[in-house]
Amino acid sequence: MTAPVDPSEKFSAYAHPERLVSTEWLQHRLDEAGDEGTAPGLVVVESDEDVLLYETGHIPGAVKIDWHTDLNDPVQRDYIDGEAFAALLGGKGIARDSTVVIYGDKNNWWAAYALWVFTLFGHEDVRLLDGGRTKWIAEDRPLTTDRTAVTPVEYPVVERSDVAVRAFKEDVLAHLGKPLIDVRSAPEYSGERTTAPDYPEEGALRAGHVPTAVNIPWATAAAPDGTFKTREELDAIYREGAGIGDADEVIAYCRIGERSSHTWFVLQHLLGYENVRNYDGSWTEWGSAVRVPIAVGTEPGTIPNR
Amino acid sequence: MTDALPQPLAEIRDDFLELSQQDRLLLLLEFSNELPALPERLQGHEDELERVEECQSPVFITVTVGTDGDAPGVVRMHATAPREAPTTRGFASILAQGLSGLTVEQVLAVPADYPLTLGLSEAVSPLRIRGMVGMLGRVQRQVKALAAVA
Repeated sequence: MTAPVDPSEKFSAYAHPERLVSTEWLQHRLDEAGDEGTAPGLVVVESDEDVLLYETGHIPGAVKIDWHTDLNDPVQRDYIDGEAFAALLGGKGIARDSTVVIYGDKNNWWAAYALWVFTLFGHEDVRLLDGGRTKWIAEDRPLTTDRTAVTPVEYPVVERSDVAVRAFKEDVLAHLGKPLIDVRSAPEYSGERTTAPDYPEEGALRAGHVPTAVNIPWATAAAPDGTFKTREELDAIYREGAGIGDADEVIAYCRIGERSSHTWFVLQHLLGYENVRNYDGSWTEWGSAVRVPIAVGTEPGTIPNR
Repeated sequence: MTDALPQPLAEIRDDFLELSQQDRLLLLLEFSNELPALPERLQGHEDELERVEECQSPVFITVTVGTDGDAPGVVRMHATAPREAPTTRGFASILAQGLSGLTVEQVLAVPADYPLTLGLSEAVSPLRIRGMVGMLGRVQRQVKALAAVA
């Protein structure tokens, strides 16, 4: 059972308007549900950078999923497997046919990451709240610190599929020459620094970027209020600005694959590119790997002779 | 290690360890809410404090030794971090409460891995805990520098 699509005019210009809901739309669903919690078939998920932010106040009825403690495998550098995902989602009251609306801090940075991981497991109806936590709060909509009462449900064990939307280092090497987007900050791209300005713990041994990658920092896709820019603006940034044009294969990367999930969402769902992959190994892998080509400076650089 | 730990730090650790994972998060949130405001003379001068680079959010710390009415050799830690970064605020608050009032020798003797003993790695993730390890290291470095001058 799925929730209706948000008919907002802004969304109708996107390739997949069903992937976004507005704060008004969500508020309406909550109001309809009244004291019974959220609407049937709909689960709201908060996913933030800060693991405690949800506890300071969240959308009524929302559950929390943390990128680090819930979605990453605690031992191997990988995502959780089908069994862990089934246990996680079932425990949050999410069924395989639930509509999941994810929101979070920082322009939905981590929310987009969670959505991308849901996609690895083929969860069909998963959407972002346009503008995320910031917009919800800016509009003075309700927050609560009440613990959300969850009735666990059965979520099937689905094997994760990394083929469609996830790229590995070898895939990137084979991809060189096709559109590649580096969504990190300019100093990370040029090689002035190996870490994001505020994230020195997640470094790499070498600085620079994958040769031929163009630099479009991820937040370029967001308007000042945290919502996604319009279709027209996004086309100008990516289709024209990044020179992707009508290419059929695109890979995006950043440092560990979270900022590039945001860009992946834009390319795949808002602009409708059909074959977009997120390279989650990203710079922390590439910049520490032996004998992979690296370009430094502000220019994309050329494909090295192989 | 456990025996040498100053009383306030040992108490904080024990408080965390006796709780379930979910309640440990809530205790961290309590610490976060209790982070005292900066003393007046420091307010508006945050840029003069030391930025904790190991933390993802902007958190700034400073320490005093034997000032503000404290006996000589007594350490006090101040920190500021935004409301939107409750985890980082919680880390700063634990250290500010656990270290303030100790002597220079006691602060310098706190093991670098104290943050790892709080039982928060599972609830918060080891990566985030490293931010607190970095914070403790910076406090100890500042204390050492101040003590050398005194």
